[in-house]
Amino acid sequence: MLSGSLNGKQGEIRHQKGINVSLPLTKMIHSVFLINASGDIFLEKHWKSVVSRSVCDYFFEAQERATEPENVPPVIPTPHHYLISVLRHRIFFVAVIQSEVPPLFVIEFLHRVVDTFQDYFGVCTEAAIKDNVVVVYELLEEMLDNGFPLATESNILKELIKPPTILRTMVNTITGSTNVGEQLPTGQLSVVPWRRTGVKYTNNEAYFDVVEEIDAIIDKSGSTITAEIQGVIDACVKLTGMPDLTLSFMNPRLLDDVSFHPCVRFKRWEAERILSFIPPDGNFRLLSYHVSSQNLVAIPVYVKHNISFREGSFQGHFDLTLWPKQTMGKAVESVLVSSQLPRGVLNTNLSASQGIYTFDPVTKLLSWDVGKINPQKLPSLKGTMSLQAGASKPDENPTINIQFKIQQMAISGLKVNRLDMYGEKYKPFKGIKYMTKAGKFQVRT
Amino acid sequence: MSSSSAFNDDKGGSSSVGEPEYGHDPASGGIFSSDYKRHDDLKEMLDSNKDSSKLEAMKRIVAMIARGKNASDLFPAVVKNVACKNIEVKKLVYVYLVRYAEEQQDLALLSISTFQRGLKDPNQLIRASALRVLSSIRVTIIVPIMMLAIKEAASDMSPYVRKTAAHAIPKLYSLDPEQKDQLIEVIEKLLADKTTLVAGSVVMAFEEVCPERIDLIHKNYRKLCNLLIDVEEWGQVVIINMLTRYARTQFLNPNINESLLEEGGGGEKTFYGSEEDEDDEEEEKEKKSEAAALAKRKPYVMDPDHRLLLRNTKPLLQSRNAAVVMAVAQLYFHLAPKAEVGVIAKALVRLLRSHSEVQYVVLQNVATMTIKRRGMFEPYLKSFYIRSTDPTQIKVLKLEVLTNLANETNISTILREFQTYIKSMDKDFVAATIQAIGRCATNIGEVRDTCLNGLVQLLSNRDELVVAESVVVIKKLLQMQPEKHSDIIKHMAKLTDNIQVPMARASILWLIGEYCEHVPKIAPDVLRKMAKSFTNEEDIVKLQIINLAAKLYLTNSKQTKLLTQYVLNLAKYDQNYDIRDRARFIRQLIVPTEKCGALSKYAKKLFLALKPAPVLESPFKDRDHFQLGSLSHLLNAKAGGYQELPDWPEAAPDPSVRNVEVPEWTKCSSREKRKEKKVEKPFYSDSEGESGPTESADSESDSASGSESGSGSEESGSGSESEESEEGSESEEEEEEEEGEEKDQKKKKNKEIKKPVQESESENSSEEEERKNERKRRQRKNDSESESEEEEDESESESSQSESEDSDSEAEVKKKKVKTAQTKPPPKPAKTDNKKGKKEMSLLDLDDFEPAPSPQVTPVNNFLSNSLVTDLEGLSLSDNVLSPATISPSSATKSYELLHRITGEGLSVEYCFSRQPFSPDANMVAVQIEFTNNTTNDTKNLHMEDVKLQSGMRVKEFPEIELLPAGETTTAVMGIDFCDSTQAANFQLCTHSRKFFVSIQPPVGELMRPVFLTENEFKKEQGQLMGMNEITEKLMLDVKCRNEHAIVQRVITAANLSRVPCGSDKECSPPVLPPELPVHRFSGRTVTSSSLVLVTVASKEEGTAQLMVNCEKMVIGTMLVKDILLALTQ
Repeated sequence: MLSGSLNGKQGEIRHQKGINVSLPLTKMIHSVFLINASGDIFLEKHWKSVVSRSVCDYFFEAQERATEPENVPPVIPTPHHYLISVLRHRIFFVAVIQSEVPPLFVIEFLHRVVDTFQDYFGVCTEAAIKDNVVVVYELLEEMLDNGFPLATESNILKELIKPPTILRTMVNTITGSTNVGEQLPTGQLSVVPWRRTGVKYTNNEAYFDVVEEIDAIIDKSGSTITAEIQGVIDACVKLTGMPDLTLSFMNPRLLDDVSFHPCVRFKRWEAERILSFIPPDGNFRLLSYHVSSQNLVAIPVYVKHNISFREGSFQGHFDLTLWPKQTMGKAVESVLVSSQLPRGVLNTNLSASQGIYTFDPVTKLLSWDVGKINPQKLPSLKGTMSLQAGASKPDENPTINIQFKIQQMAISGLKVNRLDMYGEKYKPFKGIKYMTKAGKFQVRT
Repeated sequence: MSSSSAFNDDKGGSSSVGEPEYGHDPASGGIFSSDYKRHDDLKEMLDSNKDSSKLEAMKRIVAMIARGKNASDLFPAVVKNVACKNIEVKKLVYVYLVRYAEEQQDLALLSISTFQRGLKDPNQLIRASALRVLSSIRVTIIVPIMMLAIKEAASDMSPYVRKTAAHAIPKLYSLDPEQKDQLIEVIEKLLADKTTLVAGSVVMAFEEVCPERIDLIHKNYRKLCNLLIDVEEWGQVVIINMLTRYARTQFLNPNINESLLEEGGGGEKTFYGSEEDEDDEEEEKEKKSEAAALAKRKPYVMDPDHRLLLRNTKPLLQSRNAAVVMAVAQLYFHLAPKAEVGVIAKALVRLLRSHSEVQYVVLQNVATMTIKRRGMFEPYLKSFYIRSTDPTQIKVLKLEVLTNLANETNISTILREFQTYIKSMDKDFVAATIQAIGRCATNIGEVRDTCLNGLVQLLSNRDELVVAESVVVIKKLLQMQPEKHSDIIKHMAKLTDNIQVPMARASILWLIGEYCEHVPKIAPDVLRKMAKSFTNEEDIVKLQIINLAAKLYLTNSKQTKLLTQYVLNLAKYDQNYDIRDRARFIRQLIVPTEKCGALSKYAKKLFLALKPAPVLESPFKDRDHFQLGSLSHLLNAKAGGYQELPDWPEAAPDPSVRNVEVPEWTKCSSREKRKEKKVEKPFYSDSEGESGPTESADSESDSASGSESGSGSEESGSGSESEESEEGSESEEEEEEEEGEEKDQKKKKNKEIKKPVQESESENSSEEEERKNERKRRQRKNDSESESEEEEDESESESSQSESEDSDSEAEVKKKKVKTAQTKPPPKPAKTDNKKGKKEMSLLDLDDFEPAPSPQVTPVNNFLSNSLVTDLEGLSLSDNVLSPATISPSSATKSYELLHRITGEGLSVEYCFSRQPFSPDANMVAVQIEFTNNTTNDTKNLHMEDVKLQSGMRVKEFPEIELLPAGETTTAVMGIDFCDSTQAANFQLCTHSRKFFVSIQPPVGELMRPVFLTENEFKKEQGQLMGMNEITEKLMLDVKCRNEHAIVQRVITAANLSRVPCGSDKECSPPVLPPELPVHRFSGRTVTSSSLVLVTVASKEEGTAQLMVNCEKMVIGTMLVKDILLALTQ
């Protein structure tokens, strides 16, 4: 276990205490390896001297030990290096470092790299990275200098290296022009490093999506063990020039804990609870927030369930009914129920009153795509499960995970009051959309 | 160094293997034949004249490098293209060069001259990129060249290039550690840099090259604290971590008194729970030293610099970057007073929503924190509940946190939660849960029996792992009170038939052996069974069988003698030497022979001694001797390059080392830097597109160039009270805050002795302190009567001092007092607001003391009336509606020539900005024009024509003057809406016979009208105009302009602003600045857009001062700074 493996080293560490390392160990990120699901290193980039890819063997070892890919420890010590990895889109991004560095620093950076790839290529898959290997390399080159992050703002990067589009690729191949920006990035030098200069649009638009997620654990009897609302405001701002926006809420008190995009003026928020900012160009996350826990969370969907196994009969009974509640008249849509059934279950024989259900006998994953809930006709899934002959009754009960969406409503009741623009003369088109989603919404049975 | 050479070999190896398969790689594209000559192909393309084919070749080569294939044989062909015009080719060549230069040092040298040329390029970005690549080439020969380049770049005028220089320092250092001393010099220089762009990078270099040279930070400490919020996020992490270490060496432990209190009061203990036992040793040491020092030690007072750090890092808890949040959290954990550490909990809990890797690291740190400060996370207990979808490693960590948080009050909830976890399908997690239950049971006596019963039930679980883990945990629990639980031991004895997990079997055997007296009948039977299966058992089980046999032999030799003999004989021939040794040892000990009787007498004592119950403790205990958030903490092992977090010093080192001598500073900024600034200017104005058309209006001689003001605004945007930050005045103010805090602490102490629950309250009050908000102050006053009295005392003494200080104003103050006394029942608001016409106010009051706008009025008078009115406004309480536009000192008006007598053929025209509201249109600036006819003939039909304006600007023409007799003078008023810019209004002045092209260009100070603000409103508004909207300048006041009066006079002359009365709201807010360092504040709004313009002049010793302008319109602000600077320095 965790404790065991670590305790062993403690003695050795105490030993080393007091010895001053005189050799200059370079800090920060030394190299990055990209490893796909089947364990192939398909890209490597070194910022200092080259580190042999054999260092990844330690990673593969750890990967083997961990049963699931997400159980690979994010930090793996090796005799001369430390490997810090993140797993996104079934690709491991492994950073090699040589000495003390805050692990979150590296993890956060690697995630930023993935976000940038996603931003550039739409998806961050092995194929996309291989197809755009030169752009990837150029990006990595700009994002780190000597292992220290240099330019991580997508606005600046896009000035340096234009994202590939089909049209541009064609034009480039014909004309031999490049996708590296001819202009030098001035944004990096300005006081608003997140915004590039000289932005021009014919249609000036600013869209804000208020998306709230409900994280909840509901216990067997249907009572809420814990429920929280986490929200984000994602923005897509396409405005000419240097607009200065302010966004105010009807009920800012709801927001308990917030984190901002660096563009938001913190003092203004502290004093007046108004978001005042010069936005980056394009898509960005303006704000993420947590609704204070004093507010009771309305649970929009309830589950009536009866999942039972009888001793000796090799059969299980399965009965699930959903009904919407506290949705303020809005429809609950895109409902998806999934559950990891016990290992002993061989197959299921269920009938759904609506939607489609599937059961994967290998992974034992039951999923039921319900769609929209009609309050008049409650969706249900009933039937039997067959157990492995001779197996004893499983003593664990499956947890039910539910996903859903409710449009045009923020479950916390958060409302944007107004959005104003200063600093530019034109009238922008403004749009605000609300949505509530299930986050980690679990029902224990 | 060592690593780089070591890896060369490896690389060579991999390349030779990798090469042949190149052609088969599907990703390489089908264009290539797998033919071995493909490199010739690439070489050909590289040699071609066409950029497109060069680019294509480079792209392929980079793709090879990306996949780890060797492309080193192309080096000569590639390096030729280093000077290629095409930017993308060039960039890819750089990528190649950096990768392979180490291997082909001689050839790499060919490219050096290109970069050297680049270092001299007029474009800063090219200079920077040249330095970047040059310093990335790991070739020892060029070390001197790199050194030179870094030194040069470190004093480059572009902050971007300086940043690159900072990045280059560690590169050079790792290439040649011999250069350390020289590099430290460069670091020292760059540390003094005032731009946010450089700060993060240079601290990074500092951390890599000379983290031990903490003395280099002293002078820059306050600056770094203030810049922090505007530094880019990665730099923030590095700076915060460094400052944590710095603070540990420079300040006193803020919790020092609390530990004293705990010693005496005892009441605290329950609050902080188990903490006491944790750092027993440490604390004992501390206490000893404290006991000695106790007599002379004064109550703890936090160093203002310590407070500055805590205050300036707190907003960063809101960062979107998890690493920044973690860095602040660890800073608070290691540096903040206990009462304040709580603020980080919420932010850390927020991070639990992030990616699972982030969760993993955060939970590790939370686990360590919960041991030390459980109370902090208790409110967030439910955030650590486990979901079935969490990865196992996260589940285990959450479990750890939940266990640490368990106490008498919440244990029932936690245990109920644990019960659901035990049913999980994830068996590793179930095992961890059982261990957690065991730990809860040992820590909390009340639930021990409940837990034990629960665990016993698990013994009948179907899963063997679960049972095994339960056995192990039960064993530990039983050891605490074995007498009561013989039936459990019996139950477990039965399990030996089924359980196969060695650890569990070993545990059961040990239990039976240890407590064989409680189960006298079963024990020998178990031994019998075990003897039978001995040879098939695992080593750990075998050892316990031998133990069991020995113990039984000693207590019940009649029944077990033969069995024991048999077991020992089997063990004698075991493969494992440990087991053989053990058998031999035990045989000698228990079986009495002639030779060694001495020991066997004590055999019973040896084997059946009472053994202390094991302590189940968290693996995270004591982890906090590593700096939280560090790699070493995560691994619980010291990572290379880890800098120990120093212990707090016994006595505080001299705090004055952080004082920055102001004269030196201004000298530096005014002389040395000025040279730079001038060079910098043209450079900035061409690279920075935003500087707008008005920039051109600036004359070259203006001292503060655009670039400097830009960086200035960056700098000043940082602090929370940046107006005074870094200044003596600020520390003054902080001291006051500290005093307040000190009082608080005293009070806290009193309270705590009575009631430890007061903790939260004191937290509130300390938070309040950070806001200078008047309301807050009031609240606090209500809280504590005595304190407010003291504050009032202070404020009074201050006001009296200021009276005596300022001989000029003394009389005025008196007059004011008289007047205010007369007008005591507040008169009707003495205001006009005819600009907007919204508020109709009577004009008459003004006439009482406002002289008619004429140049003759003496400035003293003017000033008096000004402050008098504001005084009255203070009384009327409706202050912000009133705009004292009409009381602006008309004496300040300065005439400008519109048309010279000679060019005007006898007609001379002058204009001045009357500073009167232009009644036809409030958005226009009134321009008073004076025509003098110097000819002997009459001039007729004076009017305007052909007005040429920049877009947006408007002009209200003056009415035509039909006749201007010879020798006469007349005036007219026109209005111009300058649209808040200093663009000139061009028009033709026509007489009956002639037309003259003339233009009116306003000084920036005339583009605003005064508004009245109270000090508090001013500060509030100022708080919202930070960052880019704030421009700060240092200046040396002109000799003649060192008293308050002169400063006010000059500022008001330079710009149409009204003075913010200081001290008019004394009752509400305590005086924050002592009288010898007055701060003058002025406020106004721009005429067209009504943007606030706030000016602060804080004068200091020896004629230095700081000027700060806050204005939403950055251009206006910049220009205003120049104008006021000029006014104050000449």
